[in-house]
Amino acid sequence: MTASGAAEPEIGWENPSEQGWVAPHLAAEFPGLGIAWIEVDGRPGRSPEPVRRRLRDLSNRFYGAHAIHLRERPIPWAYRVFFRQIGLDPDHTRTPVEQLVLDRLQEGGFRTRGMPADALTIATMETGVALRAFDADRLQGRLCIRDSAPGEELAGRPGELPHGTLAIADERTPIGLLFGATAEGCAVEKVTRRIAVAAIQVHAVPQIAVDEALWMVAATLESA
Amino acid sequence: MPHLLERDGLNTLRIGGDERLARAELRRQVGRLERQLLALVAEAFPRLELPTDVPALSGQPRALDLGELEAVRDSLAARVEDARRALRERDELETRNRELLDRMLAAPQDFKWVQISRDDLGLPGCGHWHSRPRFGLLGMLMGWWRVRISSGCPLPGRLAAVERRTEAKA
Repeated sequence: MTASGAAEPEIGWENPSEQGWVAPHLAAEFPGLGIAWIEVDGRPGRSPEPVRRRLRDLSNRFYGAHAIHLRERPIPWAYRVFFRQIGLDPDHTRTPVEQLVLDRLQEGGFRTRGMPADALTIATMETGVALRAFDADRLQGRLCIRDSAPGEELAGRPGELPHGTLAIADERTPIGLLFGATAEGCAVEKVTRRIAVAAIQVHAVPQIAVDEALWMVAATLESA
Repeated sequence: MPHLLERDGLNTLRIGGDERLARAELRRQVGRLERQLLALVAEAFPRLELPTDVPALSGQPRALDLGELEAVRDSLAARVEDARRALRERDELETRNRELLDRMLAAPQDFKWVQISRDDLGLPGCGHWHSRPRFGLLGMLMGWWRVRISSGCPLPGRLAAVERRTEAKA
């Protein structure tokens, strides 16, 4: 309330993201690991012209020399280090931002892939934060990062997950590998009407970058 | 005195103690080595392409044990060492080439037909220094040698014009 008693106008953005949880033994091993997500009404489809224009602007701002120096920036570096720490080679299994950069260099620009992929591309390139999209109506409860239990499977993939595989899960089952494949039925498809976008935070990625990435995706999806 | 002996015992040295601290330390080292490697790659660009890949220990993401983290740390350390060596050798080569160019500019007749490119000196763009005789065969017989500097890369406009002319001829 102001001195005159009138309600203060709301300034800024009310953060609608929800914080997921990390299995305690993983949180102890990897301080800073986290997951946050938002849910946005939206359906997949062709990106509107302002979004495609933004992709073109991003393409024009980004060249080969940037790609070399990008990896030295704190957030892309943090994901590379985390990949090493979980047994992945970031030059083989690319971090999300590096994969986008590689595609940009190979294709000559950020090609539009429709929504929500374009919204994720813009937010990832602007912030460096790793983002994943899921069909929100297929998820149950809070998201988490945990390791797979013996005998657990990822829908759509043959065989069991090797015990201890790091996965993103809802309250029932793994919905995707951490930085890997998405479970069948949980990905955004034509029938999706509500999209969940999850940001994976690792050590040295500041919370403000995660919030900004989620805000950017939400704003882009809502503008479509 | 017994308390001194006890203080230096194996238990107090924490040998075989909490592995989590060791893993945390290894992860910190992995982060530091990764930063060093990326700095070397950026320093070498675009003169030299340095490999940064370290074989993945697993196809799937998982928490690595102490031995696996040590393997990652050691592989990265080897990569950093290789990168430092490659960069040092490249710097030495470029220094030798710069000295050669200085000598060639001072006495072109002592370096007949020698050609040094900008790439050999670690400079961006194309172009080269070439020790050639003035007036062709006559200069060669008379010992009139000089260093010619190429005009560099063709401009994009000129290349486009060549392409257009080639297309028109076809």
